[in-house]
Amino acid sequence: MTGIEPLAVAAAGLMGIGLYGFCLCRHAVRRLLSINLFGNGVFLALILIARRLPDGPDPVPHAMVLTGIVIAVSATAFGLALVRRQARTRGDDET
Amino acid sequence: MSGLYQAMPLWVLLSSLLAAAVILALGEDHPRLRIGINLAAALLKLVLVGVMLLGVRAGHEFLLRVPLMPGIDLVLHADALSMLFISLSALLWLATTIYAIAYLEDSPNRARFFGFFSLCVAATMGIATAGNLFTFFLFYEMLTLSTWPLVVHRGTEKAMRAGRGYLWYTLGGSAVLLLGIVLLHGLAGSQDFVAGGTLEHLVDSHPLALTGIFLLLIGGMGVKAALAPVHGWLPTAMVAPAPVSALLHAVAVVKAGAFGIVRVVYDVYGINLMQDLGLAQLLAIMASITIIYGSLRAIWQTDLKRRLAYSTVSQVSYIALGIALANPLASIGGLVHLVHQGLMKITLFFCAGCYAETHGIHAIEDLDGIGRRMPWTTAMFTLGALGMIGLPPLAGFISKWYLGLGAVAAGQFWVVGVLLASTVLNAIYFLPILHRVWFRPPRDEQTEGLAEAAPGLLGPTLFAGFAALAAGLFAGFDWSPLAWVELLVEREYSP
Amino acid sequence: MRPDVLPVMLVFLPFLAGLLQFIAGRPAPRLGNVLVGVNLLLVLALIPGVADEGAIVANLGGWSEPLAIHLLADGLALLMLLLTALLAVAVSLYAMAAWRDQHHDALRFWTLWPLLLGSLNALFLSRDLFNIYVTLELVTLAAIPLVLLAGPGKTVDAALRYLLFALLGSLIYLAGVALLYAQAGTLDLALLADALPDSTLAGSLGASLIIVGILIKAAILPFHVWLPAAHGGAPAAVSAILSALVVKAAAYLLLRLWSGPLDPLVTPAAGQLLGALGALAILFGSWQAFRQERLKLVVAYSTVAQLGYMLLFFPMAVTAAWQGAVYHGLAHGLAKGALFLAAGNILLYLGHDRLREMRGIDRPLAVSLLAFGLAGVSIMGLPPSGGFTAKWLLLTASVETGQWWWTITLLLGGLLAAAYVFRVLRLAFLQPPENVPDRPGMVPPPLMAWSATVLAVLAIVLGVVSAPLLELLGSPVGGSE
Repeated sequence: MTGIEPLAVAAAGLMGIGLYGFCLCRHAVRRLLSINLFGNGVFLALILIARRLPDGPDPVPHAMVLTGIVIAVSATAFGLALVRRQARTRGDDET
Repeated sequence: MSGLYQAMPLWVLLSSLLAAAVILALGEDHPRLRIGINLAAALLKLVLVGVMLLGVRAGHEFLLRVPLMPGIDLVLHADALSMLFISLSALLWLATTIYAIAYLEDSPNRARFFGFFSLCVAATMGIATAGNLFTFFLFYEMLTLSTWPLVVHRGTEKAMRAGRGYLWYTLGGSAVLLLGIVLLHGLAGSQDFVAGGTLEHLVDSHPLALTGIFLLLIGGMGVKAALAPVHGWLPTAMVAPAPVSALLHAVAVVKAGAFGIVRVVYDVYGINLMQDLGLAQLLAIMASITIIYGSLRAIWQTDLKRRLAYSTVSQVSYIALGIALANPLASIGGLVHLVHQGLMKITLFFCAGCYAETHGIHAIEDLDGIGRRMPWTTAMFTLGALGMIGLPPLAGFISKWYLGLGAVAAGQFWVVGVLLASTVLNAIYFLPILHRVWFRPPRDEQTEGLAEAAPGLLGPTLFAGFAALAAGLFAGFDWSPLAWVELLVEREYSP
Repeated sequence: MRPDVLPVMLVFLPFLAGLLQFIAGRPAPRLGNVLVGVNLLLVLALIPGVADEGAIVANLGGWSEPLAIHLLADGLALLMLLLTALLAVAVSLYAMAAWRDQHHDALRFWTLWPLLLGSLNALFLSRDLFNIYVTLELVTLAAIPLVLLAGPGKTVDAALRYLLFALLGSLIYLAGVALLYAQAGTLDLALLADALPDSTLAGSLGASLIIVGILIKAAILPFHVWLPAAHGGAPAAVSAILSALVVKAAAYLLLRLWSGPLDPLVTPAAGQLLGALGALAILFGSWQAFRQERLKLVVAYSTVAQLGYMLLFFPMAVTAAWQGAVYHGLAHGLAKGALFLAAGNILLYLGHDRLREMRGIDRPLAVSLLAFGLAGVSIMGLPPSGGFTAKWLLLTASVETGQWWWTITLLLGGLLAAAYVFRVLRLAFLQPPENVPDRPGMVPPPLMAWSATVLAVLAIVLGVVSAPLLELLGSPVGGSE
């Protein structure tokens, strides 16, 4: 079980950084990135949890991570599209 | 008895509820049709109430029970006490509707007015026939909501302010009432109204809780009954059109509060329990204070409707006083005042409306010599005022006489003093008006000659005035309010 | 037809309709309306089965544990489905009239709305923690683009903020799910409660994360900051869906998880804390609603307040509180839908929703104002209405448990609600100014006015038909008596 510890620390660290960034950053892109960091921390934790079975990895967390990544990607894409729209509207207002 | 006949309270309720829905749905476009429906519904209700009166007298039971929530039923039932309130409302609804049609001729938003007016009467019917506190509260709130549009009907800033005051008082009162009902429900479960009350078994274990809940219930209802010090909404609500004032004072709102107090005292707590807890004395003192206070304030009002409003504050507390004395004779006095005050006060407000509508008179000082120009209206006003003072053999005298007898029988001699003081105060604020209208010359010599109110206004006024007169003159007859109340009190005191 | 087909159809038919609409490329409001009609029929068809057997379970694909995906319709899920179905019909009719002439917006609405409906149905029917996460995300991703239909650029800020908070909320939720899975080795709601060890640190942390994630999604104070702008800025039909269903779905989850899988982990102190948050939301939201200058913001802040009532279940945790909280969800859903649709009609007629400039809007908007008034009765918790029934149940629960501070909160909340509802209603009665300015908008067509009114009437009717509905709901699964 010795190999788990650094990864667990990394997962917790990612989540911490993500949360910190979300709370303190004003800019939408930074916030979006913070959320992604946080999400990656969660996914890392799930992969760690998959190791809990003695005979080979547990498939359920893997399935969860895969689904989670798909959702995170699409949500981030949508967020970025919104940020671009926001920038464009602000540009329109200024001219 | 068939189910349809047993469900009479529901039909009486629906007769005005459906009328309200149809009137609101019709809108402004069909005034004739609207008036037709309104009057037809009012007449239908009178017929239904007549049938019920016969039934209750014959000892039939009207009961409708619908489960609402686990452990809580919607109960509509009609007993002698309900009928007292129902008959008064049904009768005066018809009169007030006719009056209001004439009063509001050609003013805007009449469909809205009459729609909420009917809704208000439907709520009154529900209050009268409610068979438990939960049902009572249901309709009590419906009454609050349906009267607010009537109070603010004019749409002026002043009306809106009055409406806001009205809402804060009544909704605050309802919150207190609801708290009382919920606490009582937690203590004793949901109990139907039963003559003599249902809480006596709790008196040894929870005397303090019962006292507290009683204060909450009476406090909540006291707002609508305009018990001092929570009477403030009533005088300001006088900006509403005259028929609304008449309705608020004589039939719906204040009476709903007073009626609720009667229900709590008779059918939830019971007179014996009230006396054991020392609450009867407390209620009597609160009522007496209000009687004197209202009369004193009335003396200094210069606006006719406001003076009448404070007079209402004072007079409605006779009802609470009567039942608080916990004595059959005083109860008769208090309960019969529910009807008598209604008839007299509606007459007075109809007259005030006639003066305002025909000659634009609102202030008392402008009433000089109006008796020569509007003899019929002024005659009715005189009848109502003398009745309020308690001149024999008018209706007010009957109430005060029984109250006095009851006070003596109960050994509460100070109440006789309150009654006498109130009579003197009534005379102080009514007699100068009577002197003005009959004996002072009109201020403006130009305005001589007969100019009576329009027939639509005068008709209901005459009707109400003569009804008030008849209630006093024929009090000894078989179907008079007094006879009915005697029957009722007999049932309450001999379980 | 086997009854377990019904839940499956409830999930897949809306998705199918949404995709068809997307492929068709031109708006087909009829398709959407047929869909919500069928949806309502399907939900109604579920009622007898649930009433008889307590729950209907469908096993997708026939997999066995632990890979099985179940759909479960029990009393609680059914009531939420019913609320959604009723609202869907009214909102769809309204939307059909509202977007009659706008091709682009209509196409987007009729694509996204069925997807949102399917996601909501799936959320209510899900019975494992991870599927709940997926459906929560689906709901978010379908709901936020709808906010953008308000017009070019108007609500981008609000939508972006909504998205960020929603994403963060669901990831925090997922972190909690991961911790619980590590403890219990299962995600199934029914199995979790038994599989979880009592009070371990990791378990408590997981439960707290799940609850915080949901609180963000449900816009409970202090996480409400994203809600007013998004709900107030969206088009009326969308606001109605968001306020009545989408945040409600999160609040529903909290009720479901708390009384089920989280039961071994929750403590009375946590319940009191959630209750306190709810009470704060009620008082703060109502006060803010009273202070707003724009009608739709009044209604949006009212949602912040009303969601607080559903949290009052947690400190009391008796059957009456359970019934009251759920019933409040139903009543608020119907009433809030009506309020937003009615507000949309007022906005359409006046061209703005600034309260100060509204006067004498009585005659042309009579039906919409009636809807606003009736819905307001339920929001204020005055009888007879669903709102009152809920308030009564919560009040009895507070008396039963002796927690008098919730009694006071409930009564005070009702008065504050009256303050902001009547602040709007009085505008209908104010005399119109001497010179009425030109009205830029149009009188709302009957379909728009009446769809609001039907919802409002249903909110009132809810106060009279509570006995069978509460029987269907039953008691909380793990709640202490």
